[in-house]
Amino acid sequence: MVSIKIPTPLRPYTGNQAQVEVSGDTIGAALDDLVRQYPELRAHLFDGDKLRNFVNVFLGEEDVRFLDGLATPLEPGDSLRIIPSIAGGRGASHSDLASG
Amino acid sequence: MLPVVESTAELSNEEIRRYSRHLIMPEVGIEGQRRLKASSVLLIGTGGLGSPLALYLAAAGIGRIGLVDYDVVDESNLQRQVIHGQASVGALKVDSAERRLKDLNPFVQIEKHNVPLTSANALELFAPYDVIIDGTDNFPTRYLVNDACVKLGKPNVYGSIFRFEGQLSVFYAKEGPCYRCMFPTPPPPGLVPSCAEGGVLGILPGTIGTMQATEALKLILGIGQPMIGRMLLYDALEMSFTTLKVRKNPNCPVCSVPAEQVELIDYEQFCGMPAHDRSLYRTGDAGAPVDEISVRDLKARLDAGEDLLILDVRDPHEWAIVALEGTLRIPKGDILAAKNALLAGRKLRHETVLAQIPDDRELIVHCRSGVRSADVIRCLREAGYRNPMLNVKGGILAWADEVDPSLPKY
Repeated sequence: MVSIKIPTPLRPYTGNQAQVEVSGDTIGAALDDLVRQYPELRAHLFDGDKLRNFVNVFLGEEDVRFLDGLATPLEPGDSLRIIPSIAGGRGASHSDLASG
Repeated sequence: MLPVVESTAELSNEEIRRYSRHLIMPEVGIEGQRRLKASSVLLIGTGGLGSPLALYLAAAGIGRIGLVDYDVVDESNLQRQVIHGQASVGALKVDSAERRLKDLNPFVQIEKHNVPLTSANALELFAPYDVIIDGTDNFPTRYLVNDACVKLGKPNVYGSIFRFEGQLSVFYAKEGPCYRCMFPTPPPPGLVPSCAEGGVLGILPGTIGTMQATEALKLILGIGQPMIGRMLLYDALEMSFTTLKVRKNPNCPVCSVPAEQVELIDYEQFCGMPAHDRSLYRTGDAGAPVDEISVRDLKARLDAGEDLLILDVRDPHEWAIVALEGTLRIPKGDILAAKNALLAGRKLRHETVLAQIPDDRELIVHCRSGVRSADVIRCLREAGYRNPMLNVKGGILAWADEVDPSLPKY
């Protein structure tokens, strides 16, 4: 089993689970298992079979784009992490216009 | 790494007294403090992150601090924007911040830029400063800050927050990766969690903003290991800190080309969303138009005794703050999930929340300000609804403004 850390913005699609246990001996297989367990996540992570390019997946402290991507092999007990793009900071009321 | 700032400025005896706790540390010392005095920092945003940033940088003796913010102080800012106070509600943020900073440290020069940051003014605004600190709240401005910093060869001290989570890094293309190496493209507007679905723990920007201030000081002094090529993830609920490696993308569209070839683009177009509320940008395919009803017309129809079906698509914790009586309440997320399951053939309509939403009579849909409810109407159309559906313009906020001022606004 491999654990995947789910960032806050995606937790509505994992029943608010912050961490999900999946099986798979590559990153691709692990993510497939993740979206099999939580189908609502698929559209957020994948565009067809490809990972969306704004989705950052890290194995330990390494960006998998700089490893072997989805083909990167996994060992039992590895932890994956999905890093969200977040933009908050100024926190003004005007964002209501964009997102209400 | 060498200090970002080479020059130094003389300190008066009063300044030496003020900064004595810095001066007795060899890592800062009198040379470092002189360097801080000779340095300049530009803060983009004087809000959640900008508040602690400005306070601590001013107290530390940065010589010149620029503030870019066009907004005014609102009561709902005070939960986290601690540089402002009750007496400043309605005042320009840059004026309010200046008052507080001048009181904290009269030796600091404050430069106010009461304008929205745009591709047209970014280079001119950034040029006179040594370090740029990104404390903005939207993707178009984050990409703009990054690209302008890459073009000008300036370090960008990045901090970002969402609910209980924060991110910190230093993007400095001369020495390492830029923001685009890590986030080449923004998420599409539909996948960005909205502010109303978002929220932020008021203390979180304090944590991340003070760490950004620390990084700025380290860059100016040339001490320690700056967060170049690393990203810190902070989770306040777990109280965990995780550090990731950020690598320079050899094919980065911005930092892999010569700086003079970097062009600032239309970042609102790039991100598909407006950067600020004075923007003329309107999201294109955020959606097909939906029919609307004003809160006054809705009130008139209710007063006339019509039996209306009103669907409130906000989240349960928002219903707890304020809600109209007699509404059908189903969160937008549940409706979207049901539509996806239906269209993917995983579920039949009667197995989802859509079963509760009739498709054979007029529906009136509302949320907080009218954006989510419009999304729901488009989503229901996709799910096959052909009945008339009206979006309540301005949502429950407009209702509180125009129909029932006794209701709280949030």
